[in-house]
Amino acid sequence: MALKASNINVGDTYAEEICRNLSRTQIVQYAGVSGDYNPLHSDEIYTTEIAGYPSIFAHGMLSMGMTGKMLTNFVGDGRLKSYGVRFTSQVFPGATLTATATITSIRQEAGEHLADIEISTTDETGNEVIKGQASAILDA
Amino acid sequence: MAVDKFPIEAGHIMMFARAIGDANELYYNAEYARATEPGCTIAPPTFVQASAQFDANYFLRPKIGQEWFGSAKQATGITGKKESSGNSGGGGGLHAEQHYVYHHQVKVGDVLSTTVKPGKSWEKEGRRGGKLMFSETITEYRDQNGKLIVTATGVGVRTERPATS
Repeated sequence: MALKASNINVGDTYAEEICRNLSRTQIVQYAGVSGDYNPLHSDEIYTTEIAGYPSIFAHGMLSMGMTGKMLTNFVGDGRLKSYGVRFTSQVFPGATLTATATITSIRQEAGEHLADIEISTTDETGNEVIKGQASAILDA
Repeated sequence: MAVDKFPIEAGHIMMFARAIGDANELYYNAEYARATEPGCTIAPPTFVQASAQFDANYFLRPKIGQEWFGSAKQATGITGKKESSGNSGGGGGLHAEQHYVYHHQVKVGDVLSTTVKPGKSWEKEGRRGGKLMFSETITEYRDQNGKLIVTATGVGVRTERPATS
């Protein structure tokens, strides 16, 4: 499951489609489970008429959560040391997102083998919606 | 969000995994989880955000007996007074960044608590000339034995007008 330091190289990439034609219902599912019921994510009337946005949009944390699924599939369960992102664009219903991890360094620290990873999640037009980085523990 | 007790529950993790579209059996089947490297059901990397469910005062959840600012029959459920002005983002601005440092696994059966500290704050001119006001919040999640499990740093941004980048 986990990556092996001896099997990977700087520059290696891994990508996954993390959602296709994102539904409003999936955004509602995320609101329900996370507890973030901000109407900007489910209430079209409030969002367009009061808040002034063109449409409801996904929680940034939904995009980060879906991107995290790509990461755990890549590095293995329970292997992350850190994971951070910047939300660079809003994600609207109908989005198809692809998350990509690129190994930027492989190093040893306090007896552990670690990989540093750059993350980019883009929509179907190539627009980047998440830019981030992570580090993960590798097998020797 | 300061939370005294955030019980890590298997059903909550299962529903969270469904919401992020993660089919990993680890989140659905305790028996399967026991045979994996973590040895038990652990939470997905961003799960601690759902601690909002256990914050009695979390402002983005409708409260029993109180008006809700989202729509009802009208575009906002706030009646009898003017819509609060200057909050174009609705509900206190937008989420700009989120960072986690994982010290230990978040496991089913743990009961976490949080300590919240303010971090840095700064301003920037937006691409369309409006001012962007950023502020950082650091949340430390500790288990029932006081052990630091996750450090979460969130960055919020308030805009002078809706940010439709």
